[in-house]
Amino acid sequence: MGENKGRGWSLGLAGLLTPVTFWLGIFFVIPLLFILAYSFGTSGVYGGITLGFNPSNYLKVFDPLYLKIVGRTLLIATLNTLLCLALGYPLAYFIAFKGRRHRNALILMVMIPFWTSLLVRAYAWVVILGGNGIANKILQFLHLTDKPLNLIFTPQAVTMGLVYSYLPFMILPLYAALERFDTRLKEAAQDLGASRWHTFWRVTFPLSMPGVIAGSILVFIPSAGEFVIPDLLGGSRTVMVGNLIQQQFLNARDWAFGSALSIILAVLLIGAIMYYVRRVGTDQLEGG
Amino acid sequence: MVYREKKLTRGRFLKVMGGGALAGSTLSVLVACQPNTSAQNSGGNGGGGSGGNSKQLNLYNWSDYVAKSTIPGFEKKYKVNVTQDFFGSNEELLAKLQAGGIGYDVIVPSDYMVAIMAKSDVIQKLDMSKIPNFKNVGQEFKKPPYDPKNEYSVPYQWGTTGILYNKKKVGKIETWDPLWDPKYRGKIAMIDDVRETLGAALYRRGYSVNTTDPKKLKEAEDELKKQKPLLRGYFASTEVRPLVVNGDVLLGHVYSGDGFTAVIDNKDLDYVIPQPAATRWTDNMAIPKGAPHADLAYKFINYLLGAKAGAALSNYTYYGTPNEAALPTIDKSLTSLPTYSPPKKVFDRLEVIQDVGKATRKYERIFTEVKSS
Repeated sequence: MGENKGRGWSLGLAGLLTPVTFWLGIFFVIPLLFILAYSFGTSGVYGGITLGFNPSNYLKVFDPLYLKIVGRTLLIATLNTLLCLALGYPLAYFIAFKGRRHRNALILMVMIPFWTSLLVRAYAWVVILGGNGIANKILQFLHLTDKPLNLIFTPQAVTMGLVYSYLPFMILPLYAALERFDTRLKEAAQDLGASRWHTFWRVTFPLSMPGVIAGSILVFIPSAGEFVIPDLLGGSRTVMVGNLIQQQFLNARDWAFGSALSIILAVLLIGAIMYYVRRVGTDQLEGG
Repeated sequence: MVYREKKLTRGRFLKVMGGGALAGSTLSVLVACQPNTSAQNSGGNGGGGSGGNSKQLNLYNWSDYVAKSTIPGFEKKYKVNVTQDFFGSNEELLAKLQAGGIGYDVIVPSDYMVAIMAKSDVIQKLDMSKIPNFKNVGQEFKKPPYDPKNEYSVPYQWGTTGILYNKKKVGKIETWDPLWDPKYRGKIAMIDDVRETLGAALYRRGYSVNTTDPKKLKEAEDELKKQKPLLRGYFASTEVRPLVVNGDVLLGHVYSGDGFTAVIDNKDLDYVIPQPAATRWTDNMAIPKGAPHADLAYKFINYLLGAKAGAALSNYTYYGTPNEAALPTIDKSLTSLPTYSPPKKVFDRLEVIQDVGKATRKYERIFTEVKSS
């Protein structure tokens, strides 16, 4: 038994996996195949679709307008990931190493926003940053400005909203990685003469790479597909791929092009992530 | 729970909570993509999926578009339950029906969408003998261009699309031009709707809102690109209203009901139907193919065309009523507004948005181009 442990398929395991296989099959694989099939179809003028092999939906993406939107989306998602990493790492580090017995409470606080729907929280920001919102009231009270500033419906508001929404997705895996960290390694490094700076960059950070990678992926993917925040906090003045896909399905009644865009977005994301994991991650992932 | 369950290790705690959180937020994002769904009444089981109960009517409507008394009144009169789901745009409604979203008994598509739905075979022909109150519909709302024989639809509410603005700060306006005036940079909001916003640009140039001429559309595109730097953003009409009321913007492109709601509360504001032309739209009641409770649907449509329910509806929404029997009991504060029941010469310069077929995608591309400029 000892030798086979973790390798052989027991009946029990197969039984446990059956429901999830059906679930993913029905709600994930089949819809994805539909999108793939649709992406080669021809859209009717009033919506609906005729299946077939029509690659023109993919060629349409090379319209400079759509390329620009795809490029901008990837840029926004990258920026958001970097900002979340820069803000999230120190916090995860602090909770893991200095949090002591408050760790659970602190991590809980990171997760509390999830108890409210993203949509409600986004609307809350619209109220907070509005002309008569708390933010402007405070600025005026402190005499930093005499007239209300345009805080909401700006590109900065979109960036802020994205960081706000996705920061916990960065903190949690970082914390999970740092929390397992053997602090004796830090002591050893310092005993061997490394400065604190050196210890962090040569020992702690590399060992937390699995968390960095997991967090980056968890932030990058959904922010690349985001469409609610640019609408609500940006006043719809910025178009991301998510908005474009939504418009194709609803307003333009072009399901085929919308499907092709979805597939291209998925392929781009998978490509970006594979490149990223190869480039930054392999040894650390294997080592971790 | 976190503190008491000492045995739950942190790692496990994290996995459980993190997993739950991930699932939760993903779900909330998914929910955000769905039309807002809420059961109006207990007893109904939410969405439109329930077929069996003949004592239940499933209404699929724009949000906040029935009077407080509309549904309870109907439920009491016919001893039935009404559930209501909401959609945010005509296109969403169409997509839902085309995707096989059955189970709704009454839907409320706008003018041009009635024509598309009839062509796409997703709504049924009406049996007018079951809607005796159709006689209450005003002459100008009968036999509309999108349903020339009144085969598929009866009017629900009507309105215009114009400008809600701060009269005190801007002065009296009569045309679309102030929406392009650099003086009001950052103080202008437009409706996030392809046809309405391209329409404003087309009207301004003196063209029809239904043009498919590439040259005219190009001019409209250039107009909108010129306008974009002046804008606070593109919003739903209901979102534009508070922006104007709170003074965040001075000029807002809105539907008339939102305009009147603001004007009645605040005398500094005014709603104008700009020169030379503007949109007049009509929302209609129709019955989808395969509606599970078509009999109740007829009763509901007939009920809303009655004098009392019709007046209650417009007194709540502040939109115009096509129901002449209801007109005498519409609030005087509304009917006294000059733009609520525009005189014939204003009415005649209003245009109805029609489906432009294949050019829809051209329109859509232009709007995307403008928004990402």
